[in-house]
Amino acid sequence: MTEKNWPLYEVFIRSKSGLSHRHAGSIHATDDQMALDNARDTYTRRNEGVSIWVVRSSQIVASDPAEFAAFFEPAKDKIYRHPTFYDIPEDVGNM
Amino acid sequence: MYTQGLDQAGSKPRRRDGLETDAQLAAFQARIDADEKIEAKDWMPEAYRRTLVRQISQHAHSEIIGMQPEGNWLTRAPTLRRKAILLAKVQDEAGHGLYLYSAAETLGVSRDQMVRDLLDGKAKYSSIFNYPTLTWADIGAIGWLVDGAAIMNQIPLCRCSFGPYARAMVRVCKEESFHQRQGYEIMLTLVRGNAKQKAMAQDAINRWWWPSLMMFGPNDEDSPHSAQSMKWKIKRFSNDALRQKFIDATVPQAEFLGLKMPDDKLEFDEQTGHYRFGEINWQEFYDVLAGNGPCNRQRMATRQQAQADGAWVREAASVYAEKQAARNAA
Ligand SMILES: [Fe+2]
Ligand SMILES: [Fe+2]
Repeated sequence: MTEKNWPLYEVFIRSKSGLSHRHAGSIHATDDQMALDNARDTYTRRNEGVSIWVVRSSQIVASDPAEFAAFFEPAKDKIYRHPTFYDIPEDVGNM
Repeated sequence: MYTQGLDQAGSKPRRRDGLETDAQLAAFQARIDADEKIEAKDWMPEAYRRTLVRQISQHAHSEIIGMQPEGNWLTRAPTLRRKAILLAKVQDEAGHGLYLYSAAETLGVSRDQMVRDLLDGKAKYSSIFNYPTLTWADIGAIGWLVDGAAIMNQIPLCRCSFGPYARAMVRVCKEESFHQRQGYEIMLTLVRGNAKQKAMAQDAINRWWWPSLMMFGPNDEDSPHSAQSMKWKIKRFSNDALRQKFIDATVPQAEFLGLKMPDDKLEFDEQTGHYRFGEINWQEFYDVLAGNGPCNRQRMATRQQAQADGAWVREAASVYAEKQAARNAA
């Protein structure tokens, strides 16, 4: 039997409660449970996490870096979405 | 370093016919010059990708093969404490290998392919791991000198232009400090022991010092492709600069141990503030790289055997996963 390449999983780790999960890297595993175990052994040997997410890399939908300018363009000219756009007299105090 | 800046013949900016325009190459270089990080899916010159795949996979292979010399002493560590430490250290190296394979895979090469290239003898790994670990003191010398040299190399790589490699290096560097300190502690314990133990420590340095210096790769004038890597900010310091830094850092540490590096020409130069040192035996270096070091064949055979021995486990895991998936689908 020829060997099959094991699926690739992306690993996300919450380093402590209160923080978001953050991408750590990837690992290979044949199934979800093995992916969790391998992610733990690879990325949290020193208590770097309190929670791990793994997801098959093939399941991730990503924006295209080549198209990034056009993709994010709609947000570019809307400076009125930022608080600094507005002039409030200093006398009003903190706002 | 673990990649030794070798065989980068492919890193000359050769172009994919018609696919890489001057404008693209200039825009890419401008991003690098502006200290922007390059991510895996970004446009990059083919030569940049090739150089990184080669360097990162060599680096990964070095971590994996590097487990063998130390693994040799796992069952014979002098105390349970030392055994637990060494086990954790060797396990870290396996982890480093995995971080690095993972970084290389973002460039579109599969881990299985990289592993095959290693097992077929097509891929290189660091020359240092082809030397034998003859005594327990070698475990001390490796942690202190070999991991020490690796740290010198890996710290600048944390700022490498390729994001996934840089991030993997940050992770690795956080773990390396323990490796070096546990090694130096072994040396300290030995030199504070009896005369035989101290002699054992000196003997280990005698054998590991020069190969450690070779880890930084050939002299700058014999490393013609370094310039391109520097321009791409994959490499930040030259081989000779890093080697000098390593020597300046470790010679006083040897003095503290009451041990001597095996180099009659080693001498502090007041004017430059650096140590002068003797000629490195580059013939030995190239011989080891060509496959004729003391342990090359053994290292490869062990790796191939491990891969073969694990085949049934990998196969069983794949079949089990398929069955589970089929059952869940039903
Ligand atoms: Fe390592
Ligand atoms: Fe290490």
